[in-house]
Amino acid sequence: MNIFGRLHWDDLKLWEVFHDFSIDSLVASGAAWGAVFAFVALIGWITYLGRWGWLYREWLTTVDHKKIGIMYMIMGFVMFARGIAEGVAMRSHQATALDGGVLSAYHYAELFSTHGTIMIFFVAMPFINGFINYLVPLQIGSRDMAFPMLNQISLALTATGAALCMISLVVGAFETGGWTAYPPFTSAAFDPGPGPDYWVWAIAISGFGSTFSGINYSVTIYKMRAPGMKFMFMPVFTWTALCTGILMTFALPPLTVAAIMQALDRYLDFHFFTNDLGGNMMNYANLFWMFGHPEVYILILPAYGIFSELVSTFGAKRIYGYTSLVIATMSIAVLSFMVWLHHFFTMGNSATVNVAFGIATGLIAIPTGVKVYVWMTTLWRGRIRFTVPIVYMAGFLILFTIGGFSGIILANPSINWQVHNTQFVVAHFHNVLLPGLLFGTLAGVHIWFPKAFGFRLDERAGKITAMLWIVGFCLTFLPLYVVGLMGYPRRSAAFDDPAFVPYMIVCVIGAFILLTAFAGLFATLYISIRNRDRLAVPLGDPWDGRTLEWATPSPPPPWNFPVIPEVVSRDAFAKEKSEGRPYVLPPEYRDIHLPPPTAAGLVIFLATTAFGFAMTWYMWWLAILSVVVVIGWLVMRSFREHEEVVIPAVEVRRVNNAWIEAIQLGKGVNRDHETSSANRGYAASDYLKEGA
Amino acid sequence: MLITFGLLMIAAPSLAQDSEHYFLDPMGPIARAQRSELIWAAAIISIAVLPVIVCTPWVYWRYRRSNPKSTYTPDWAFNTKLELVQWGVPLVIVIALSVWLAQAVYLLDPYRTIDDEMAERLDTGLTGPPVMVDVIGLDWKWLYLYPELGVASVGDLVIPVGRPVQMRLTSDTVMQSFMAPGLAGQIYAMAGMRTRLSLLADRPGTTVAENTQYNGPGFARQRASVRAVEDTTFAQWVDDATKAEPLDVETYARLAQSTDLDEVRSMFGRTPGGPVVFSLAEPQLFDRVMARYLNGQPVPPEQQPGSPVYDPDAAILPEPLAMGMMGGME
Repeated sequence: MNIFGRLHWDDLKLWEVFHDFSIDSLVASGAAWGAVFAFVALIGWITYLGRWGWLYREWLTTVDHKKIGIMYMIMGFVMFARGIAEGVAMRSHQATALDGGVLSAYHYAELFSTHGTIMIFFVAMPFINGFINYLVPLQIGSRDMAFPMLNQISLALTATGAALCMISLVVGAFETGGWTAYPPFTSAAFDPGPGPDYWVWAIAISGFGSTFSGINYSVTIYKMRAPGMKFMFMPVFTWTALCTGILMTFALPPLTVAAIMQALDRYLDFHFFTNDLGGNMMNYANLFWMFGHPEVYILILPAYGIFSELVSTFGAKRIYGYTSLVIATMSIAVLSFMVWLHHFFTMGNSATVNVAFGIATGLIAIPTGVKVYVWMTTLWRGRIRFTVPIVYMAGFLILFTIGGFSGIILANPSINWQVHNTQFVVAHFHNVLLPGLLFGTLAGVHIWFPKAFGFRLDERAGKITAMLWIVGFCLTFLPLYVVGLMGYPRRSAAFDDPAFVPYMIVCVIGAFILLTAFAGLFATLYISIRNRDRLAVPLGDPWDGRTLEWATPSPPPPWNFPVIPEVVSRDAFAKEKSEGRPYVLPPEYRDIHLPPPTAAGLVIFLATTAFGFAMTWYMWWLAILSVVVVIGWLVMRSFREHEEVVIPAVEVRRVNNAWIEAIQLGKGVNRDHETSSANRGYAASDYLKEGA
Repeated sequence: MLITFGLLMIAAPSLAQDSEHYFLDPMGPIARAQRSELIWAAAIISIAVLPVIVCTPWVYWRYRRSNPKSTYTPDWAFNTKLELVQWGVPLVIVIALSVWLAQAVYLLDPYRTIDDEMAERLDTGLTGPPVMVDVIGLDWKWLYLYPELGVASVGDLVIPVGRPVQMRLTSDTVMQSFMAPGLAGQIYAMAGMRTRLSLLADRPGTTVAENTQYNGPGFARQRASVRAVEDTTFAQWVDDATKAEPLDVETYARLAQSTDLDEVRSMFGRTPGGPVVFSLAEPQLFDRVMARYLNGQPVPPEQQPGSPVYDPDAAILPEPLAMGMMGGME
């Protein structure tokens, strides 16, 4: 037996352009070479800087929720680069796609499949995981997640999925049946190649990680809240994180199971979703969307949480309608499990079933509408500061409402029969995910970046970038509504109606603006790092924040809080500030016990990536070996003593006293100087005096 | 800017190919009803949506920090009346939309046989008995069988104006979705399963029959005309087709290969761009295709059209199953 299984030299995409030169193979090979060069350059750079030891000790083995959150975000942005590049490639192709196009139909299919898979699972999911990881323990006054090592393992499993997607760019090919990978198209009879196997293992393995994350988030929020923090005292972001955690716990298993059932079909000749022997792809559609619809809310709810914090912080007000927001969030979480069938109104359901799911889908519009109104009411009679997050908020409020509008249109089965599977749907979900999830993420990065790294991001570059995202979004996706109504199917590499051409040209212009916007993020980061001394906010509260994470220095120490805070109301930190007793020295310090670093995540990442790769290429020996490694490592580890890292009370006292001393030396900065270099992170809460 | 852009976007479809009718320019009462459903739904939703779009810029401007004249209420966090409006308006709109939606779905249900009562509610008339059409989704073309008329066609669907068309659909490859936007929208076609769609044209014209569910590299080419023609033209078309080459099980096996319409034409020696019609030698073809996947025997990839290793010579179509066994397979 060949130790490389069914892998051959010719499977390397790198050679494709030399075998058969065309624009198509140039794009495919170019992307593969690009990925390889980037990887080699990264390894070389770290080696040159001599940072391997640091990387291993400080990041790869850490169980600190803040660092894990940051690593999720970095993973998200790296994969985002690929997703954007693919989007631009597809739009460029479509601009030339009247009866043809520059790319081959097969390559186009691969692009929309990887673009969808990557953007949902390895960009959007890491973003929300990043925020939840970073913020939740800080917001609830806890030292870490309930299960810190499991948290690291979840990150590792998500990274495995992302790594398999990246490997498929260079070795072999990805599947071509879209991010939903509907069988029987992806079954062994129709596509025996490695593509669907990459998808199956990327999704199944990262699916386990997301389920673990969901459990971890839920338990953390249930069990680890600071004394006094009742449920109705929790920040709105924590509420959305809780709902997301619950959704992840229940929604990811159907996906993982569906992927594994596909694997059983492909590898062991089961007949769950085949055409023959009782296989039924409707069952796949049911399982997939049982995950797929809640997934939409897994992604959007934390963004709602960010927007809720944003309006009250930058509108300088208490959040209006907190209870409504909480009820709306919970209702959305519950309803999200009751609407999955609207993804297949067109699969021949009875009229009554279609009516029931159409109405259930419409019901979600009620809490969502309430949320939008509540955010507007919070801004109403506020003192709105025009910072970067508030620009994203404006784009969100207007554009997301349009996305909601088209969502309600799609929820009507009689209209859905006409627009299902057309570009109208593509327009709709980008219209929800970009202004919702992406703008929320970027606004959130601007808000919490200073918390994580101790300096603010440049405002001017940030605003230009935000405007580019908004304009780029409008140009790229709004035209798709029109061509969708004209019957242009999604996932179609070519069209024959010349009327589509002007729209596709607007789209490609928009796509390049989005690419510029993406570059703008890095420009913002570069400018900010260069000016980091001027932008530094080490005292921790640059925006006059309201929740507990702002009551820590920036960046917070590994133990978050010197003593666990007592909570007596909502907006715990704002309350302390209004009563004039923030930053008090605790009467006594105690030793702090933290979980030790572990290589668990690293071992599991390497082993599961090897497993996915081995299964894809039929290298059975490697697959068995990697399973043995994972199980063996976990068993061995369970025999080790339960260690802890102890931070002595003196050390905690030293760090905390230094911080409080620095605050007492400084002078609180008025909101008018929020974006100037006078802002060192000690906010004078002017609004509270005025409002009192 | 956004508004100008929007108007341009909405106006521009009038530039579309005028020979092909689509959803917003329907040629039958069902698509027309769907269009008015879209317009009404959009109007009702606008009641909830427009205030947000209009008020956001206003709130931003009015309550900017640099405006000392605006009221500032930092601790204001609840108002019962406002809450009632905020929950009530979306609730009322969703209730209204739900009633609307339910009526439309029951009326336009693709499984519903178009009878005189339905035609009356759609404000149109029927000029003749229904035409039965069996549709088989293949890679990358649609095969239409008219079992009662003894003809078949590939790509080109021809229907008489004013007569309901009752379609049964299945697939002899991967999943597909049949869509005729100018007439009634879409329904999926899946191997071993049977779906239904009813069409009705009330004026002559051409729309397109496309596949909207990705099924491989030929996907984008799986589009061809649907022509609604007067009764006499239809009779003439059927008459011509009856004289064409017969479609039997062997011909079907070749047809079922992964080929687009142009490749089918050259395979069967037809004129480029011209019609591909057959006389139907095997009236039970649809049921036999269904039975391929339902007879309890494995179907190896060599016998599954659409598979890369499909071999027309190895393909066998079993006899149709007895009626009772097909019961649950709709």
